[in-house]
Amino acid sequence: MPARLPFILWVLLFSGCLALCAQTAVPVSASAVNEEVVQDSLLRQFNLDEVVVSARRKDEPVIPVQKLEGARLEGLSTQSVADAVRYFSGVQLKDYGGVGGLKTVDVRSMGSNHLGVFYDGIEIGNAQNGTVDLGKFSMDNIEELALYNGQKSEIFQPAKDYGSAGTLYIKTRRPRFKQGKSYNLQAAMKAGTFGLANPSVLYEQRITENIHFSANAEYTYAHGRYHFRYRRVLPSGQVAWDTTAVRQNGDVNAWRAEAGFFGYLPDGKWHVKGYCYGSAKGIPGAIVNNVWKNAQRQWDRNAFVQGNLTKTLMRGWDFQLNAKYSNDWMRYLNPDTTLMYIDNAFTQQEVYLSIANRLNIIGRQAAFSRTRDIPLNWDMSLSADWQWNYLEGNLANFVFPERNTVLAAVATQFYWKYLKAQASVLGTFVFDKIHVPTLSMPKASEQKPQFTPAVFLSYQPLLKEEFYLRAFYKHIFRMPTFNDLYYTDMGNISLLPEYTTQYDGGIQYDKQWRQGVVRQISAKADGYFNQVRNKIVAIPKGNGQYRWQMMNLGYVEIRGCDVNLSTTLYCGKEVYLTMAVAYTYQRAQDLTDPDEPLTYGGQIAYIPWHSGSATANLQWRGLGVNYAFIYVGERYHNSANIPANHEQPWYTHDMTVSYELPLQHCRLHFAVEINNLLNQQYDVILNYPMPGINGKGIVKIII
Amino acid sequence: MRTSTWICVLCSLLLCGCRGEVVVYPPEEEQHGETQLTDALGFYLLNEGNMGSNKATLDYYDFTSATYRRNIYAEANPNVAKELGDVGNDLKIYGGRLYAVINCSNKVEVMDARTCRRIGQIDVPNCRYLRFHGGEGYLTSYAGPVVIKPDYEQLGYVARFDTATLAITGECLVGFQPDELEIAGGKLYVANSGGYMVPNYENTVSVIDLTTFTETKRIPVAVNLHHLRADRHGQLWVSSRGDYYNTPSRLYCIDTQTDQVTDSVDMAVSNFWLDGDSLYCYSTEWSYIDMETKPSHNYCIIDVKSHRPVTDNFITDGTDQKIKTPYGISVHPLTKDIYVTDAKNYVTPGTLWCFSPEGEARWSVRTGDIPAHFAFLYKSGQ
Repeated sequence: MPARLPFILWVLLFSGCLALCAQTAVPVSASAVNEEVVQDSLLRQFNLDEVVVSARRKDEPVIPVQKLEGARLEGLSTQSVADAVRYFSGVQLKDYGGVGGLKTVDVRSMGSNHLGVFYDGIEIGNAQNGTVDLGKFSMDNIEELALYNGQKSEIFQPAKDYGSAGTLYIKTRRPRFKQGKSYNLQAAMKAGTFGLANPSVLYEQRITENIHFSANAEYTYAHGRYHFRYRRVLPSGQVAWDTTAVRQNGDVNAWRAEAGFFGYLPDGKWHVKGYCYGSAKGIPGAIVNNVWKNAQRQWDRNAFVQGNLTKTLMRGWDFQLNAKYSNDWMRYLNPDTTLMYIDNAFTQQEVYLSIANRLNIIGRQAAFSRTRDIPLNWDMSLSADWQWNYLEGNLANFVFPERNTVLAAVATQFYWKYLKAQASVLGTFVFDKIHVPTLSMPKASEQKPQFTPAVFLSYQPLLKEEFYLRAFYKHIFRMPTFNDLYYTDMGNISLLPEYTTQYDGGIQYDKQWRQGVVRQISAKADGYFNQVRNKIVAIPKGNGQYRWQMMNLGYVEIRGCDVNLSTTLYCGKEVYLTMAVAYTYQRAQDLTDPDEPLTYGGQIAYIPWHSGSATANLQWRGLGVNYAFIYVGERYHNSANIPANHEQPWYTHDMTVSYELPLQHCRLHFAVEINNLLNQQYDVILNYPMPGINGKGIVKIII
Repeated sequence: MRTSTWICVLCSLLLCGCRGEVVVYPPEEEQHGETQLTDALGFYLLNEGNMGSNKATLDYYDFTSATYRRNIYAEANPNVAKELGDVGNDLKIYGGRLYAVINCSNKVEVMDARTCRRIGQIDVPNCRYLRFHGGEGYLTSYAGPVVIKPDYEQLGYVARFDTATLAITGECLVGFQPDELEIAGGKLYVANSGGYMVPNYENTVSVIDLTTFTETKRIPVAVNLHHLRADRHGQLWVSSRGDYYNTPSRLYCIDTQTDQVTDSVDMAVSNFWLDGDSLYCYSTEWSYIDMETKPSHNYCIIDVKSHRPVTDNFITDGTDQKIKTPYGISVHPLTKDIYVTDAKNYVTPGTLWCFSPEGEARWSVRTGDIPAHFAFLYKSGQ
């Protein structure tokens, strides 16, 4: 029995109680919790529109973030979060095609399991296989997407936020009201190719001055059929074969409902929200010789309730509480009589509790103080999380795994003139239990405690110029998932965690002008070196019937650079042009087995050497024209980089035209999107054809 | 200025990384070994390709010129959409034709044995193994009729087809998930695996009367049967995969006169090749109890007359240490050279090793993904 678990839980509980006592005992000081609260309360007090507060803060994060928000996010034609993250540098999207196809993201080639995805501040877990399908998250109510390499360079956060090699924060809309308005109402309808019909509605109500309510619901239907074409030529250039077919079994029926309360306290804020998602969809599958459609189906039901409380307990002590319960059910059916019949259902549950404390040791922690230059500021933070996961399934020989994870993080942040530094150490304690039906007692196992550090530095050498030099080091791991460890006939209970080590150095320059043609420029460049050790890979374990086993075998080294450039030009007559380019170079080498000259040193599967995106947005009053280009260079579908495994580059051009019509009591928003303008026929993943030219129309009314 | 720089960047990206047309994959040719002029002209090797990859490919080794040609199907049949298909499972030559069972493409590809030109295909869902007898082909399939009683059940069957018309002429239900089949003494024997029924594996060999094409009996042998081979002494050799837990893999012997198990050899067998009285076997056995593959791969020859191993490692020069996942095995019928394939990690190209009859490595060559099934081509075209 893991002896440490109860002890750690006590520590957690104790510090939580302490914090609550302090809240009641200590008279509330006038200082504010953090910038965000300040900003939110500002918005509230002065009834500012959200767009107004976009001026840059001096408090530039130690590590730059890639963000999509506001007009730029709206301008991109994106159906799901997965479509939007393609515009970030260093990101490879694995897209199996269509509205309902699986979409996962790999940041800096470390594997999609190393990306932590946070929804309104709390991580979306998948203890079963560690993969979060970003295609499931609609862009309908998303206000901001932020991608951090390493971790969010903020120390006032739950221990969990330190626990991934990269983190994606999905932030949904928080209610804001214009002066004199006590409610907001939005209704939108999207319709387009693939039989897409996607109505949604959003309602926000000011209940009291300090309590707001928001509710949002959405339904998505698509038959998911599209034409795709495969073509080969002879060396002479003559067509060898050319075939067009219809992608089948890509239909989706999905609904989502969310509701939440948002509150403001004298020195803090809170929110509680509930989320439900349900879907039934076809899995289009691989297109192979003699098989042009597939029959597999999947049903999902995800529900969670989560809440956050952030408060300044006393001068120099900020406190944060996060909690979540989620219940996810999934059913997979293979009714295809030519294959093994499978009808599996899994239920996952998760309970998550977290407290975080920030203590100001040196420096003043008063409202707005950070917007001025402070010679010295030193903060410490302590956070502790507890998480419980349980997986049930109807497979033969299933072991019903249960996991308790305790995370504790100590972090410090130090500002001195133009130097900013952060350091953190995360302790992870994992206790697993399996409930084998044939045994009366559960079998417990304990993973070795892990302590993983991270260091972030940023230096601004020139006064008054927003020019930064920065570097970070982070060592982190991912735990083997329940599938890795316990999947019937495949798992391996002796697996170790998969470690990543990241080294990054970069520069950044930003400048704004109030007049002239060029209004803003920004340039960022980062070089990095990553190592993935003990990479969990499936290897064969004998003959026939394809029997695999998970092993800690892989070793990958990744060298790469990300470059981001953007500018805003004022062309006169209220015409603004914003352009951005992101470019990524990656050399991700499989260094697993020196005895295999064919794969040793080869570029790992599906990672292109060159990839990038370019976007341009032209805005004139309510009219916006947006163009986006995405490029993914040549790749190989496995680390044997031979012609038989070569994959062509692909690139798409997307265009959006939108117009906003202000009426007396409401605004009308129209948009037309056309994607893959040149109708390129491409596969992101071998044998999973992507759609050609496709489009969508959007009508939205905002009251 | 800045705009123009960007345009340059964009253009250069477009130029250096444009898509070209995809050319039908050209075969690659390599010289290995020495020319051998016998009645055997060469052999085909079917690479399975991992499921969903559509990478079943055919390679050919020509004894007369000592050349190895990789991936020859697309060149011989440039107009076939999506090439050979997904997951090769068996390969045979009969009556001047080459038959490749393509499991996940639900078909048997029928080609000319010398040119590899496509003649046609036989559509059988989830087809597994193939044998011929008297102008007719027999093919096992996992995908019989579905019955709900109350659980989902689907027996396997043997399909009979006419080699002249390639039309299915009969179907005979057998056990769950039938794998290899063999014809001996006018009877058809089918190894039932029950591989989809874990942990309720099948444990019988079905016996089918060839004249009536009906199942006449079931011989209980052991769980999860896989390969079957008849020798010239009226015996049938059957391999059991075991259950990967407490029941190990083992080799059994059936007397085709009495249709009874007469003996078993306490040896794990993953795959074998019968040449004369020598049964060349290897094993890679997995155990859930030890969570490892055990012992290291075993390459033995069993004398089918005495039922005793002649050697417990026919690879004598230590090359066995270089083979990660032995997967396919064959023996040259005349020179007795031994061929063993290595499937490695299943997703990258494998290796074919050629050993002398004394067990010394002669040469090796890169193959397609999961090299597995051999078919020898003779001068007679058979």
